[in-house]
Amino acid sequence: MMFEWFNVILVIFLIVCAIAVERTKDLLAAVIIFASYSLFMSVLWLLLAAPDIALTEAAIGAGVTTLLFLVVISRTTRMEK
Amino acid sequence: MSKKIIIAILFILFVVLSISIIRMPDIGGESNPAYNDVTNYYIDNSREETGSMNIIAAIITDYRAFDTLGETTVLFSSIIAVFSVLSMKGDKHE
Amino acid sequence: MNDLIVKLISRLLIPFIQLYGIYIILHGHLSFGGGFSGGALVGSSLMLYAIIFGLKESEKKLPHSVSQFIESFGVLAYIIIGFIGMILVGSFLSNKSAGFSLGEFGTLFSAGMIPLLTLAIGIKVASTMITLLQRLLKEDSHD
Repeated sequence: MMFEWFNVILVIFLIVCAIAVERTKDLLAAVIIFASYSLFMSVLWLLLAAPDIALTEAAIGAGVTTLLFLVVISRTTRMEK
Repeated sequence: MSKKIIIAILFILFVVLSISIIRMPDIGGESNPAYNDVTNYYIDNSREETGSMNIIAAIITDYRAFDTLGETTVLFSSIIAVFSVLSMKGDKHE
Repeated sequence: MNDLIVKLISRLLIPFIQLYGIYIILHGHLSFGGGFSGGALVGSSLMLYAIIFGLKESEKKLPHSVSQFIESFGVLAYIIIGFIGMILVGSFLSNKSAGFSLGEFGTLFSAGMIPLLTLAIGIKVASTMITLLQRLLKEDSHD
């Protein structure tokens, strides 16, 4: 029962993160919010008993994607027009 | 006016999706459509046929190895796409 | 990046990340994980090195020609292992019937071709990530 409520809290956090990424004008802040989205997604995968997917999500979603987005932002503009 | 119609359509979609989520079978339950003969076949026979302790590894690199070859090809073609876009020697001015 | 703390901590941390990634790749048929997860870990440690110490140091450790070769080698090894089964028994990517020794259940050298395929996928994923980052950083330094 407690794990189900934890799942619900995590899913609500994911929805809030997704809306915040879409509303933010500062692309650097949006990338950081997206990294936290991936981190909570990996915790959710762990609770759904899929540790291999959680490992991949934490490495690729929170690490590699954020790094590639940061490099691309440093080549273009930081603020959304 | 059109905004109200959009909100109404989105609300109807929200209600329909919420009802379908509530009526979904449980995760790992017996009534789940993903729980069928194939699952039992892997659990019973993967030890003799592949010798792998991890059934997921047995599935993705033995039973479905051709699928994994396709995934690797997707990675390879993605890096080819990045290289070909970034090394274009087109006109530099906007 | 010229920050002493970041350089020191990442210099301490990178070997452990790489060791964990190699462990995940080699134990792909025993515990959870496999080629994609372990390759992502090794690749992210290489990316960390490249972004902390700069493109020049990174290319000194892993030149672009070498990483390009390794990347093509990953896919090629996968296909060659598949062709071994095709030549011996006539079906692509066959494991037990092609004569790969299954070994003792639960040990490191078991499960026939599964560790070889996992190793090929891990090498491929890791080299893909570091090649992408090096290409993007190189474009940055040209302008």
